[in-house]
Amino acid sequence: MSLPLPVADSPILGRLSLAALPLHEPILVVTFIGVAIGGIAVLGLITWYRWWGILWRDWITSVDHKKIGIMYMVLGIIMLLRGFSDALMMRAQQAVAFGSNQGYLPPEHYDQIFTAHGVIMIFFVAMPLVTGLMNYIVPLQIGARDVAFPFLNNFSFWMTTSGAVLTMISLFVGVYARTGWLAYPPLSGLEFSPDVGVDYYIWGLQIAGVGTLLSGINLIATIVKLRAPGMTMMKMPVFTWTALCTNVLIVAVFPVLTATLVLLSLDRYLDFHFFTNNLGGNPMMYVNLIWIWGHPEVYILILPLFGVYSEVVPTFTGKRLFGYSSMVYATVVITILSYLVWLHHFFTMGSGASVNSFFGITTMIISIPTGAKIFNWLFTMYRGRIRFELPMMWTIAFMLTFVIGGMTGVMLAVPPADFVLHNSLFLIAHFHNVIIGGVLFGLFAAINYWWPKATGFRLETKWGKRSFWLWVSGFWCAFAPLYVLGLMGVTRRLRHFDDMSLQVYFVIAAFGALLIAGGILCFLIQIGVSVLHRDELRDTTGDPWGGRALEWSTSSPPPEYNFAFTPVIHDHDAWWDMKTRGSERPTEGFRAIHMPSNTGAGFILAGISLVLGFAMVWHIWWLAALSFAGLIVTAIAHTFNYRRDHHIPVDEVVRTEAARTAQLAAQG
Amino acid sequence: MSTQAIGSTTGTAIPDFYVREEEHHADGGSTMLGFWLYLMSDCFIFAVLFATYAVLGNSYAGGPGPRELFELPLIALNTAMLLLSSITYGFAMLTMAQGRQAATQGWLAITGLFGLGFLGIELYEFTHLIAAGAGPWTSGFLSAFFTLVGTHGLHVTFGIIWLVTLMIQVAQKGLIPANRRRLMCLSMFWHFLDVVWIGVFTFVYLMGVL
Amino acid sequence: MIRRCSLARRLKSGAKALSVVGVAALLAGCNAVVLAPAGDVAAQQRDLLVISVVLMLLVIVPVMVLIVLFAWRYRESNEDATYAPDWDHSTKIELVIWSVPLLIIICLGAVTWLGTHVLDPYRPIERLEHARPVDPAVKPIEVDVVALDWKWLFIYPEYGIATVNEMAAPVDRPIQFKITASSVMNSFYIPALAGQIYAMPGMETMLHAVINRPGVYDGFSANYSGAGFSGMRFKFHGLDHAGFEQWVATAKASGRTLDRAAYTALARPSENVPVMRFATVEHGLYSAALNMCVTPGTPCMADTMMKDAHTAGQSMAQAMDMPHGAADSAHRPPAPSLSQPITGAGLIAPAERAREGDRQTL
Repeated sequence: MSLPLPVADSPILGRLSLAALPLHEPILVVTFIGVAIGGIAVLGLITWYRWWGILWRDWITSVDHKKIGIMYMVLGIIMLLRGFSDALMMRAQQAVAFGSNQGYLPPEHYDQIFTAHGVIMIFFVAMPLVTGLMNYIVPLQIGARDVAFPFLNNFSFWMTTSGAVLTMISLFVGVYARTGWLAYPPLSGLEFSPDVGVDYYIWGLQIAGVGTLLSGINLIATIVKLRAPGMTMMKMPVFTWTALCTNVLIVAVFPVLTATLVLLSLDRYLDFHFFTNNLGGNPMMYVNLIWIWGHPEVYILILPLFGVYSEVVPTFTGKRLFGYSSMVYATVVITILSYLVWLHHFFTMGSGASVNSFFGITTMIISIPTGAKIFNWLFTMYRGRIRFELPMMWTIAFMLTFVIGGMTGVMLAVPPADFVLHNSLFLIAHFHNVIIGGVLFGLFAAINYWWPKATGFRLETKWGKRSFWLWVSGFWCAFAPLYVLGLMGVTRRLRHFDDMSLQVYFVIAAFGALLIAGGILCFLIQIGVSVLHRDELRDTTGDPWGGRALEWSTSSPPPEYNFAFTPVIHDHDAWWDMKTRGSERPTEGFRAIHMPSNTGAGFILAGISLVLGFAMVWHIWWLAALSFAGLIVTAIAHTFNYRRDHHIPVDEVVRTEAARTAQLAAQG
Repeated sequence: MSTQAIGSTTGTAIPDFYVREEEHHADGGSTMLGFWLYLMSDCFIFAVLFATYAVLGNSYAGGPGPRELFELPLIALNTAMLLLSSITYGFAMLTMAQGRQAATQGWLAITGLFGLGFLGIELYEFTHLIAAGAGPWTSGFLSAFFTLVGTHGLHVTFGIIWLVTLMIQVAQKGLIPANRRRLMCLSMFWHFLDVVWIGVFTFVYLMGVL
Repeated sequence: MIRRCSLARRLKSGAKALSVVGVAALLAGCNAVVLAPAGDVAAQQRDLLVISVVLMLLVIVPVMVLIVLFAWRYRESNEDATYAPDWDHSTKIELVIWSVPLLIIICLGAVTWLGTHVLDPYRPIERLEHARPVDPAVKPIEVDVVALDWKWLFIYPEYGIATVNEMAAPVDRPIQFKITASSVMNSFYIPALAGQIYAMPGMETMLHAVINRPGVYDGFSANYSGAGFSGMRFKFHGLDHAGFEQWVATAKASGRTLDRAAYTALARPSENVPVMRFATVEHGLYSAALNMCVTPGTPCMADTMMKDAHTAGQSMAQAMDMPHGAADSAHRPPAPSLSQPITGAGLIAPAERAREGDRQTL
């Protein structure tokens, strides 16, 4: 008996042919031309200014956690533009497709868009932005010079990027999944999705997932092992605490996603029967498994931002964080409980009343520690001196927005109530309420807060405030109508409506999406304007906000080695403690500093993985085998490289630190 | 890590805020923790596969069940192979601790041979099942069985590739700290696979047949 | 004392906000079907929604007021406000911020536990409306629902008719839905009647409900199922007794038969399908659809599961050293626990359903 391998169309190109190019889709052709022109322009600029060497030496091969963090942020922002374009297209379609008007998107296009929107926003926007933030900030906050495994860090970043690139390729070569962002079988099985869409989905996520998992391991080891002396667990900054919990969640649940997607691939590639309708498969198992990953994923995204708010509020109120230990316990409780709630995503699948109530109640219990956090920020503001800089504005907007999202979340946690709201636009409004209101607002707070640390100059506030107001008003304008529509019984993922009375709500929502587009534009202008005016916005102190944690004790941007001398910690607001007790920055006695060396191995491995993924998607078996072998050989070859570190010579440290001394002296 | 902090010279109540006499971080001080974390994440993969097997374990789709398919004596031999390989790896680690490179290499080679034996028997079992019309595409039960056992087998395969790589590296560089650390990691990996196999043997084979 | 005065403010603003929300709910109630349904089950689900909102607003409103208040009062330019940079702990406040939400969640948890059990879709309804219990003599009307690509098939075993993309039920008579799907997962949802439940291939879910007011209501799939998903809609008619009889008669008058061949043709993917009516339905068709064996020659899932249970039972019986067990096991329900889906507490295995069908045949 022979293996029932799917028959490839061609031994050379597999399923790939000219027909895979969407030449008949004007939207895609125009997009492709735009991307091509933009891409050529960027490559031309790099060549013109001879930046290729700098790019390779200082960025692509860099193992510096700060540079990798910045690259993650850039990836996230680029992918935000793609994910948001999808959102605009959906809002436009739903605003016009009423009655006899079918809108401008046929189902095979529209259904790809909502799938890609979800996948990209979660995996390639929120995850890179959150990971980038943790990468940049955590080592600085714990007084370390880099992460525990610098090479793995570089490799993780490039794997995430490879996943994103593979997902983007689906835009122009073939199609993406038309299944919704979690690709429930049987719909995502071979029988009902025979084309390459789901395969793009699987391989994009698998490749990026490797990166996420390794970065999770890396950051846990960093936080556990590399804290500066004196920094006991209960003296860690809250952001570091939340980063620790998030990475514990990553290590515990991303393997579940990996395994689940492997099972789905086996169904699709080798005719196994895990989730098929026939021969003993069980699609409900997929729904359980994917949510065992999926629910903790929500907390993976939000927890670090809770950490951000916990850094921002004390800084801008000029006050110690209220209830540090209850904040830490709340974080840990949320981490543990997040494993026990997954079934609330499918109360309607027919589990018994006792099972449903159990998961409903555990879900509600999570709101207690989350609520405690809100109260802690609230009482940090109490009797403070609040400076309404941009990070604080985002934080206040978060608090007011998030409590509503929390409330609607608990409504959905009551199983019988969920029966009437499940899969409705109310649900859509709810999770955008917590993800935009919680994660994205937090990311903007974080970007405005730590930008001067990373670049040495502040972001200017005029465009920042415009972006803020457009985002906040745009969010409510886009999603308040969705709450109402949900209560009117309108379900999600619909491409066309018969009931004309609903149209006005969708038009308002589309207008809200335009406001958000303005917010994104203002954010990009804010960055551009700030770069142009960087000299006026320069931060020479290293501590532009009156910060409290260790990252503010070093220069902006920090030197490659972060700290010439490892700090010693006595209090959880370590830098505040140093400032108030008059600690002097040492200016002599420097030594050579031991640092990891750059390597191109991560980039190469991730590049080969991308080829492997592409070959698997298109059933180009020879290329898949070749790239897989290449992956193994390259990885083994990398282990023969024993020279992975170097010393920054004393002279260089002395020079860098002298410049810093001069800079500090210049401002008196 | 050194925590030797030299006080600031003022001699007042200001505590010391910087480590001035810093030793180098011991290379790879976090490696064991990191590798342990990786193993824990791998545990979750196996947990999913075990759970899947638990759910689909009786979905024979009208086809054969474990009793008709599994040959316990063969599997017992297989299990013995893997258990012995763990023991021989233990000897490799003992000799490594004594700095006896040749003995270490010898024990590693024996471990690898046991691993190969294990894989050989597993492949024999798989081809045998497929030839008997009980391939993984036959039923949910067989899909889950082949995936669980096969994933373990793949781990063993990578373990052997890694083992060979390490033997070459030990031959080249000797038992330097970096190589000792790598051998320790592989040791954890190998014993981990042993533990997983005990789960597979008990849960899949013994409970399936008896 | 800030705590006392903030408490008073909290109560006052809380009351105000509650009344605002109440008005908003009334306004929205005019066209928001979820808030103003026509069936008792959906109405009770709406009540739970409102109860949970009100309970949570007890905390949410004061918190939102305090956020704005603190942000304003402790702004940097307000030199009059107290500044306590090192104040970071208060056991009393900590106690309140953990215990008040806890108390609310305890209340909500109790409501949830009760509500979830009372409104379990598998549980036959016990009342038509508040203070109107179901007459035990009345047999619920059974509707067998099959989600097809991309339309809904409704079979009325009691009347022997079937319809596509239209269903009806008499007012104030309990309805028992048995729901399955032919290919992929859908969700069966009539917002005015009752909450939704998934329709899954090879599995049967159930829903019990009653419609209290005559009218025409929307029904649709609430779970994305592919290209034709948007058009997978139908009208649900709540009719009085005479109206329902007439509706059945209309179907009877169509003269068409839904047999296996017609079902197979119907099950092929099609979009925006107009209403269809069938006067007669081939016996056992729903059971065959549920067991995915409409096509002649396909093994029925129930039979396969019985055979599997036999295979499993054999090995278990051997384990327990009971040679006679093997013979018995064919008549036992499918092997416990392991063959059950993880979530399957309430799901009815097709095997049992098939036995029911057998009994009918006999």
